[in-house]
Amino acid sequence: MKIEDKKRVLREMVLHRRFEERCYQAYIERKIGGFLHLYPGQEACCNGVMEAARPGHDYVITGYRDHVHAIKCGADPKEVMAELYGKETGSSKGRGGSMHIFDAAHHFMGGYALVGGPFPLAAGIAKAIQLKGGDEIAICFLGDAANNQGVFHETLNMAALWKLPVLFVCENNLYGIGTSIERSTAVVHQHKRVAAYNIPADECDGQDIDIVYEHARKAVDHVRAGNGPFFLELMTYRYRGHSMSDSRGYRSREEEEVWKQRDPILMLRDRLITAGALTMAEFETLEKETDAYIENEVVKFSEESPEPRVEDLEKYVFAERETQLPWLTGKAA
Amino acid sequence: MANIMYWEAIQRAHDEEMARDPLVICMGEDIGVAGGTYKATKGLYEKYGPLRVMDTPISEGGFTGLGIGASFLGVRPVIEIMSVNFAWLAMDQMFNSAAKVRYMSGGQLTAPCVFRSAGGAAHQLGAQHSARMEKVFMGIAGLRVVTPSNPKQAYGLLKSAIRCDDPVFINEHELMYNMKGEVPDGEYFHPLEGSDVARAGTDVTLFGYNVSVHWCLKAAEILDKQYGISAEVVDLYSLSPLDRAGIKASVSKTHRAVIAEEDEAPVGVGSEVIAIINEECFFELDAAPVRVHSALVPQPYNHTLEKAAIPDHEDVVKAVLKLFGKA
Repeated sequence: MKIEDKKRVLREMVLHRRFEERCYQAYIERKIGGFLHLYPGQEACCNGVMEAARPGHDYVITGYRDHVHAIKCGADPKEVMAELYGKETGSSKGRGGSMHIFDAAHHFMGGYALVGGPFPLAAGIAKAIQLKGGDEIAICFLGDAANNQGVFHETLNMAALWKLPVLFVCENNLYGIGTSIERSTAVVHQHKRVAAYNIPADECDGQDIDIVYEHARKAVDHVRAGNGPFFLELMTYRYRGHSMSDSRGYRSREEEEVWKQRDPILMLRDRLITAGALTMAEFETLEKETDAYIENEVVKFSEESPEPRVEDLEKYVFAERETQLPWLTGKAA
Repeated sequence: MANIMYWEAIQRAHDEEMARDPLVICMGEDIGVAGGTYKATKGLYEKYGPLRVMDTPISEGGFTGLGIGASFLGVRPVIEIMSVNFAWLAMDQMFNSAAKVRYMSGGQLTAPCVFRSAGGAAHQLGAQHSARMEKVFMGIAGLRVVTPSNPKQAYGLLKSAIRCDDPVFINEHELMYNMKGEVPDGEYFHPLEGSDVARAGTDVTLFGYNVSVHWCLKAAEILDKQYGISAEVVDLYSLSPLDRAGIKASVSKTHRAVIAEEDEAPVGVGSEVIAIINEECFFELDAAPVRVHSALVPQPYNHTLEKAAIPDHEDVVKAVLKLFGKA
């Protein structure tokens, strides 16, 4: 990555971090309901991979920890926050919530709340790309725990069999909800599990964005060149619990501290300072500007946006009726 | 009008739609090289090739999800699940992904896919290959459910389902693929909503769908000839949504209702139809509606036990005679 790109990505990663921390606060204030799965600690994964791909062009799908992936693809942070507030102006018009952010215009195909559910959907998106002959690829971001679902294996088999243009990114954060990977999974290193399907795989540090980017570039190039699927495992860590009711009793504070020593944002910051491309003062200004933007624009927009109308409760269950009448009534033109 | 079999009607609908639109594909176990367990996709592999006629591994959850994902980008997959019993393995994707994606994305994504599956008890297939599962599908918001009782419907419902932007589950029947019937020579789209009056009558309405329509028709014949009772037969080819207006119109005319279903009674089509009758035309009734249904048992293998578990036209006749105080 060029220095200018690294500076831009640092700015984005700070936004991603502060956005999530602001969500936490809004949840405590009961402005946000339901479940809330936050991303701090894992920022280099999404950013590193998407810098190597084409955000807004390649199709991205993920699980319920989805805010940052949506924003990285091009979703407006205001609309993502408004969705968490359940507002009509939200990404999914307040019908989805935190776990179901969508932005079809930017090819962000959604957050899904069934662990492993996006695997076959991603392969299907890749199948559609294959049929239509486009140069996009499908990128499926999921956690390590999703790999213990049956559809993981079903999907890898089909993706390899049909040489589908799909990149599976496994953000291995070492915990499936509150159970550590050693206690749930016979093989800790997930990339080893895909060897059974003749899918090339790679594993790297998921905290250092330069490392993620280099590995992701090879992975993306492999898939885009028409060589079929690729599996990239990124070793990472989520600072917060699985969701909001999680007090992290299943792991030690010491372990958390070890990971925070390798914070993806601070590592990139320090690297840019060492290279003379950034000063600490500039970074502090960036943080302040980011917080001001979140407060004055993102949160303000969400607070002030209207609720969906109760009259529209059943809107979006089915396609607009008027457009489907020939098939519903049999009176085709 | 061509007199063709149910499977031929389904095959023809696939063929016409695939010829028209390169984004219509079909997928499922043994549908390509092998030509389909029930021949519903016969000859398509040779005509359209492996990219559009996909022989899938035996991974129902996986390939159903794959088809749904492709539909997000405008592909129209017709996904055959060989036996409805295997659909349990695909329900997570059908219900959580296909049926909900439009709503939870605020209308941004739709899943215009078709799921076809053979349901029903055939001959001694035992507990895990004889399920009737339409009642499971018909309670899911965002999913349409239709069930053809004859070749014309099988052809026209599949045509409409492929064109419709909503996900549609088509419940076929293992014993009906070789049934013959008239199908229009030209293109025909059967409505995905509503019901058909399969036989007009004045004294009692017999509600059926799929195979039980034929029990009702046979029962109506017997009731007319032997007992002088004029039965109307209503074919509920759309199970979701059920045809509220059609149910009301018929019962308001005949004032009596019998619902025949091959499925077990609890939480079924019969209970739903009776609820609609209660809501729409309770005071039109001259007698309490009656359900004819299967025994609540895992399907037995033994032929005699199997026959005892599944109702037929004689059970419909008995139910009607009881309604009229003649049994």
